[in-house]
Amino acid sequence: MTALAILNGRLIDPAAGIDELKDVLLIDGRVAEIAATGKLKGKNGAQVLEAKGMVVAPGLIDIHVHLREPGQAYKETIATGTAAAAAGGFTSVAAMPNTTPVNDSPEVTRWMQAPERGAHVRVFPIAAATRGSKGEALSDYAALKSAGAVAVTDDGRPILKDSIMRETLAAAARVGLTVIQHAEDTRMTQGASMNLGPVSFKLGLRGMPPEAETSIVERDIRLVAELKDAHPHLHVAHISTAEALTAVRQARRNGLRVTCEIAPHHFLLTDEHVGLYNTHAKMNPPLRSDKDREAMIEGLLDGVIDAIATDHAPHAMHEKEVEFELAPNGITGLETALGLSLRWLHREWRMPLGRVLSLLSAQPAALLGLKGRGTLTVGSFADVVVFDPKVEWTYRATESQSKAKNTPFDGWQMQGKVRWTVSEGKIAFASA
Amino acid sequence: MNPAAPTIRRALTTPPAPASAFPYNPGSLLSVLDLSVDEVSRLLVRATELENEDPITRDRILAKRRIALLFYESSTRTRTSFELAAKALGADTTLVSNLSSSIEKGESLKDTGLTLRALGAEAIILRHNFSGGAWLLEETTRLPVINAGDGMHEHPTQALLDLRTIMTHLRPGVSGVKPDTLAGVTVMIVGDILHSRVARSNMQLLPRVGARVLLCGPKELLPEQAARSGPGIEIERDFEAALKQSQAVMMLRIQAERLAGMQLDLEDYKASYQLTGQRLAALAPKAVVLHPGPIIRGMEITAGVADGAQSAILEQVTNGLAIRMAVMERALKAENEVRNEAPADKSPPAKRIKGGRA
Repeated sequence: MTALAILNGRLIDPAAGIDELKDVLLIDGRVAEIAATGKLKGKNGAQVLEAKGMVVAPGLIDIHVHLREPGQAYKETIATGTAAAAAGGFTSVAAMPNTTPVNDSPEVTRWMQAPERGAHVRVFPIAAATRGSKGEALSDYAALKSAGAVAVTDDGRPILKDSIMRETLAAAARVGLTVIQHAEDTRMTQGASMNLGPVSFKLGLRGMPPEAETSIVERDIRLVAELKDAHPHLHVAHISTAEALTAVRQARRNGLRVTCEIAPHHFLLTDEHVGLYNTHAKMNPPLRSDKDREAMIEGLLDGVIDAIATDHAPHAMHEKEVEFELAPNGITGLETALGLSLRWLHREWRMPLGRVLSLLSAQPAALLGLKGRGTLTVGSFADVVVFDPKVEWTYRATESQSKAKNTPFDGWQMQGKVRWTVSEGKIAFASA
Repeated sequence: MNPAAPTIRRALTTPPAPASAFPYNPGSLLSVLDLSVDEVSRLLVRATELENEDPITRDRILAKRRIALLFYESSTRTRTSFELAAKALGADTTLVSNLSSSIEKGESLKDTGLTLRALGAEAIILRHNFSGGAWLLEETTRLPVINAGDGMHEHPTQALLDLRTIMTHLRPGVSGVKPDTLAGVTVMIVGDILHSRVARSNMQLLPRVGARVLLCGPKELLPEQAARSGPGIEIERDFEAALKQSQAVMMLRIQAERLAGMQLDLEDYKASYQLTGQRLAALAPKAVVLHPGPIIRGMEITAGVADGAQSAILEQVTNGLAIRMAVMERALKAENEVRNEAPADKSPPAKRIKGGRA
């Protein structure tokens, strides 16, 4: 039996409606007891983590990461990516299928979860919606689900054909899987490397029009409405434009199961941050206008955005040290999501701490139906983050646990320092 | 989860984009925005002085200094004029082009730049096919880099030579510039603005010396955002209406190599935007006609206008020599003042041949 007692912390468990000083006892990977402070001291010979002045919360859940394995271990491995996750307070990550080979099979799905990968936190594979993510023939959703896949997507290679997207939504609904769409009409974004607007014009870069995102979101919502009786769940990945968010808001009012997530860079940065061809500000969807960024914050505050997900996309240094148009899309995000969310959403824009944490744990768990995660009620998985909410610190990319250093947040002020990350009862990360 | 909208409106601001660290080297000329109006003025004055200088004296200004010309795109005017200008100042030049170098084997811009530096290059003139190439090269080599055209972005020496040409015709006898030197002057830029680095550099430079820039072209080649990319820039889509208001007319080539699948009816284009002798005589009989070249006779401009009395196209080419002498002198003189080594690169700078330096 292994036991951990987290004592004297402020337990915030949004799903359970708890925000008070509590002691938490974890035994054999599960939450064994929640008690008033002082009651659990030394019980069962547990190892004690003294959390006075700290927040104790369900481990964070990132439903959009790229761990690059199998196939691109020079960028990141499941071991290094999940080490970064643990350092950022995450205890579960959902890994995208754009690996080599594409994860469209139960074999790859199982391979990613095998103990040999050396994951520091729980990895939930998201499988390809179509074979090879080619957008033509559906993969075997029932088999993928029983192998452990929690959703399907062709992330990065969005499903453009209406008929295929309709089949995907219907087939996923039959087995109870969420369909995640990276909404981009790639016919409108050929050769483009940033948001279309005055900044892209000035820099002489071809731009991606916001309509490329909006039109796919609207098309997908239309298909969900047509399939209403089958109750499909459409989840819009990394939403970035005001118009797409409006479409999601309207779909929700119409009673459709349409959800969305946002990446921290889309509520913090704009296309102005591309500066003079900073490839660490290149990702897809691109950084948008200030009007879009404000709409994203409004969406977070009014609740239409369901989750914060990082789109952690590690790349090797030499891949980003090239001409802007040749650089691959993506930035890392696992180590900065909590610090930025607390600094900006909570401190600056006054979102209650419990709601910030809910966006990072309870809500993403609910989106993908991760049972026993995102809450610390007795019997749940012993996935816990303990952080000091008062500490301000500066993020340094060079100190990252990830193999990659491609972040626009190098040198940024963070709020809240992770002290311990506990994954299924084991300490996955401890800071000095 | 909580559908209640916040009752109190808050300022939803985040930190602005950080200030640019460019240029790292004070001798660099990456964008016309790197130059203050005073510096533009000094370059124009210096260009005239260098042009009139005794060739033997001039030959000592950059004697034996090493300038590399790194060209990723074909070029006649720009390459030759940089080379001749460098030689007129006594510098040694070497040309590296993408078609006869290790670039063909996949060597990156960064590695090519570091290689040239290790070979003793003291400044690099870069023509690059991607926007922003000059910034990447400067950041990685920390040498003075002169942007000789980067993708669809900028071509600062072209804008300077265009300014010199416009001054010769509209402000004869005036050598320097101030923020109001071209007050009351409308310069129209016509055609493929979207793909034009010449247009972008001129749009940013000319309003800073008082000119009004009027952009003209069809929507496909001139997006509305263009007018929002800086002060003093307006759009007039009617060619003849624009022509009537302009004292300088800058025609641009349709960049077929950058159209990327765009559908454009060239006959329609000619009917609407070709500069013909008739239009010029009727609407702008005194305007000076410019074109950065290469010109496509019978497309954006008729042969008659290109060779006509109002054309300054060949003067532009000649002015390029004088401007580029001044820009290269600035690049290598400024370099003596500050030198930032690239932190990522630990290799020692190449030894210079003593006694060879002026």
